[in-house]
Amino acid sequence: MTVLETKNLTRHFGGLTAVDAVDFTLQKGGIHALIGPNGAGKSTFVGMVSGRIPASAGEVWFNGRDISGWPAHKRMRLGMAYTFQITAIYARLSLFENIALAQGTRDRAAATKALARVALADRIDQVAGDLSYGHQRLLEIAMGVAQAPRLLILDEPTQGLSESEIAGFNTLIRSLAGDTTILLIEHNMDVVMSLADEITVLQRGAVLATGTPDEISANRHVQDAYLGRETC
Amino acid sequence: MSLSARSIALHMSLIAILFILCFTLSDYHQGNLARILVLATYAIGYNVLFGYTGLLSLGHAMFFAAGLYGLGLPMHLAGLAPLPAFVIGVLCAALLSALVALLALRTIGVAFMIVTLMFAQCVFLSILYFGTWTRGDEGFVIPQAARQIMGLDLTDPTTRYLAALLLFSTALLITARIMQQRFGHVLIAVRENEERTQMLGYDVFRHKFLAVVISGSISGAAGAAYGLLFGYVGATFASVQYSIFPLLWVLLGGAGTTIGPLVGAVFMFYLIDYSSGFTNAYMLIAGVALVLLVLFARSGIMGEIRKRWVPWLP
Repeated sequence: MTVLETKNLTRHFGGLTAVDAVDFTLQKGGIHALIGPNGAGKSTFVGMVSGRIPASAGEVWFNGRDISGWPAHKRMRLGMAYTFQITAIYARLSLFENIALAQGTRDRAAATKALARVALADRIDQVAGDLSYGHQRLLEIAMGVAQAPRLLILDEPTQGLSESEIAGFNTLIRSLAGDTTILLIEHNMDVVMSLADEITVLQRGAVLATGTPDEISANRHVQDAYLGRETC
Repeated sequence: MSLSARSIALHMSLIAILFILCFTLSDYHQGNLARILVLATYAIGYNVLFGYTGLLSLGHAMFFAAGLYGLGLPMHLAGLAPLPAFVIGVLCAALLSALVALLALRTIGVAFMIVTLMFAQCVFLSILYFGTWTRGDEGFVIPQAARQIMGLDLTDPTTRYLAALLLFSTALLITARIMQQRFGHVLIAVRENEERTQMLGYDVFRHKFLAVVISGSISGAAGAAYGLLFGYVGATFASVQYSIFPLLWVLLGGAGTTIGPLVGAVFMFYLIDYSSGFTNAYMLIAGVALVLLVLFARSGIMGEIRKRWVPWLP
């Protein structure tokens, strides 16, 4: 079943075409990674999917509905969740308040459970801004999970996480897959290769290749553009 | 005690103390406090927008004036009774705040401050322009004979004090209740991180819009009550000065605390009252006090108390 589909999705910034007529489909329950060099248009693309950035042209379909003109908050209510590339939490509020706002209820037991998934349950009454950077990122991921989304969009979630935190993150994401569809922008190729069922490579705003991790690492164009090729 | 029980206990005790003060204070202080309670209600309205939602308006005098003139003009020109005039006053403020919200909320930050300031100037200048009816700067008096509600004489100091207390308590309890509900939590979320809040699925514009209307309506109720209880309606109340006052009271008392607006209004009123007793340069003393507070107690009086000693303070 198709969860997300974009048709001809395009975004211009002045004279620059950041995302150029991208057709993209996402099947339910999988983990899909979006990779590509800096400036390839990955964040702009998910920005248009989530409604943060208005599209210049094209359509976004979510769960069989055309949501192209919808504001971001309505898309979230329909079952999307989005974590920012630059950590966006409520720094002056407690972890409990952060999770309560994400899950939409003040159920403390549920909030504790959501925090336990990123091993932060014992800090529930701390102020979020006092957490280390890595823990703040984990809190934001926990907020995304607490929204119980159908589609979870993660924009470079492992940036700033330690090795052990990355391992915990991988376990968490694998445990979500199945019910939740995950769209992941990621630079850490180890994370991508171990998590993703499918990978799409963007380059200069266009889709360069789509396929399984094995297909992508064997793809000559991708190696040229992104993965790096030994040069003589 | 649970958080909400504590907060109810705090607000009820405050109201009880204010009630007792009515019968123990000297006439002079009773009169002062009645005025402060109405002005503190104005500050409570301002606090909903500034303290909780994080929107800094420099034009709230227009909402205060909308209430004041919405009540005053029908009474002055058409001889309307006080209660329906009060309702008209609040409705005028609600309507004006909805209109201003629709336009001003298209901007953020400094632009929002300037747009609200400009709208307030439009209201102020309109009052002067229509001087034939509003009597402009000079204003008009609502006579004692008109300020009677169901046999109660609102010019009687004790009745007036109790009416002011009723207004203040209503505004205090309504805002305290709002801030304990989901709607209130989302307002704080908007203040803390607007983009995150939108990306959690909350309609940020709708929440901001309602915050402006609630804030403007409470400010308008304070304005209408001011005209009714003190019997004077004049353009000064629509001037920039009256937009700055609630900002100062809320900053002094503690933005985003329920009783901060009252504490700030009392503090400022008596600071000026006391210092003008022994010097002409009383505004200098008020200024120095403000600078000291900004330097050493940035969250205001109640904000600092919450930070240091009483973390549950609503």
